[in-house]
Amino acid sequence: MYIGVLALQGDFLEHAEMLERIGVRAKLVTSPRDLDSIEGLILPGGESTTISKLLDSSHLGEFIKARQDLPIFGTCAGLILLARSITDGRADQMSFGYLDIEVRRNGFGRQIRSFESDLDILGLSPTPMKAVFIRAPVIEKVGAEVTVMASVLYNFEGRDARVPVVVRQGRYLGSAFHPELTSDTRLHEYFLQSVVRSR
Amino acid sequence: MSKERPEFATTRVKRGLAEMLRGGVIMDVVNAEQAKIAEDAGAVAVMALERVPADIRRDGGVARMSDPALIVEIQEAVTIPVMAKARIGHFAEAQILEHLQVDYIDESEVLTPADYAHHIDKWAFEIPFVCGATNLGEALRRISEGAALIRSKGEAGTGDVSEAVTHLRSIAGDIRKITQADDSEVYGWAKELRAPIDLVLEIRQSGKLPVPLFCAGGLATPADASLVMQLGAEAVFVGSGIFKSNDPAKRARAIVEATTHFRDASIVAKVSKNLGPAMVGIEMDKVDLHLAERGW
Repeated sequence: MYIGVLALQGDFLEHAEMLERIGVRAKLVTSPRDLDSIEGLILPGGESTTISKLLDSSHLGEFIKARQDLPIFGTCAGLILLARSITDGRADQMSFGYLDIEVRRNGFGRQIRSFESDLDILGLSPTPMKAVFIRAPVIEKVGAEVTVMASVLYNFEGRDARVPVVVRQGRYLGSAFHPELTSDTRLHEYFLQSVVRSR
Repeated sequence: MSKERPEFATTRVKRGLAEMLRGGVIMDVVNAEQAKIAEDAGAVAVMALERVPADIRRDGGVARMSDPALIVEIQEAVTIPVMAKARIGHFAEAQILEHLQVDYIDESEVLTPADYAHHIDKWAFEIPFVCGATNLGEALRRISEGAALIRSKGEAGTGDVSEAVTHLRSIAGDIRKITQADDSEVYGWAKELRAPIDLVLEIRQSGKLPVPLFCAGGLATPADASLVMQLGAEAVFVGSGIFKSNDPAKRARAIVEATTHFRDASIVAKVSKNLGPAMVGIEMDKVDLHLAERGW
């Protein structure tokens, strides 16, 4: 079985390494034919506006939309690409809209406000997970069909608020942070076992 | 229970943004209008500066950090990360850039150095730094000072890619050799490179730099981007090459496509068609001012 990793821009190699470490073959996806053999897809971290343009020019966007049964896991930029609604994005920015959430791009602030934090995640073993947030999106609203699996307490310009950071809706999983930047494979294993293989 | 206290400016967070820029193009811009063109074209970040290297070369004089007002204007114009340059060793310029909350500071040889003996102590900052390097020793010295991203230097503002190729091959070649070094040879490498032994040992283990390696200096065409990506660069900086060409928007888009699909000659060929003249450039043997030699 292959899991695809969208390899247009961003930290796709880290995702591929994560998959190999948990015994899954990774397929780097740069053109529509790469989608044929895969049973799940990861949308990596990167610059969402850039990836959006490259999805368009490579026609991968429309081909991914055509594979409606495909389980997808998006991290950071990948989460933005899955969101129904994007604030502070570009007007021409595409998104698949598979997760019924509203995200604000760079909602935690510029790079100086990027951070790491230890999180408890629903459905994973109890040890907290080290979560690395890089100019990350903030999930501002979640729909009724969406399960919030983890949240983080953060100080937004003097105001403390708890916001969702891992969400799932059916075969779509998203995290605002980058599990691929650590050695913790549990969220990737969850995607494999509970999302891809449970279908 | 998790401790839930956010930690800012860790090494992982600083290097993390560089990881997110991989496979992308960072474009030099001198005003908000150019920044928008860059973002429209799919740049992953912009580098805000007052004059592109080709103009610094032409006009001469001391090249310094940009006017903070210009940087703010560019930050307000785009949603992608904004980087800005400080002079080598000029930590006060870097403090200003940190105050402006740029996303990355480039301690750059393109500007006139402020200190001919010391680079900035980059660990003292919360904003991550990118630094140039012509060889592995220089790269490791910058990393030991706290750089979170290395770019091979090339010769900025020339449109001649040959120096970028030389520096990239030198860095990648020495990394390959170190992975074969035995226990006593690694000390020889540390001495020869004038670099900390722990970084040399780390490279022997991992076969790569501890931070991402991007390429800069003299890139002007989609084929140039494809070339350096195939030589091991993980992303590219394009300076004068875009806004000194005839059709910057089109060329910028083409270089973005070529950087993503760098192994697919059919795509690089397609996007290279009808771009109009590239920047005229200067050949390396006609260059008087060697920017890449700045840095110690």
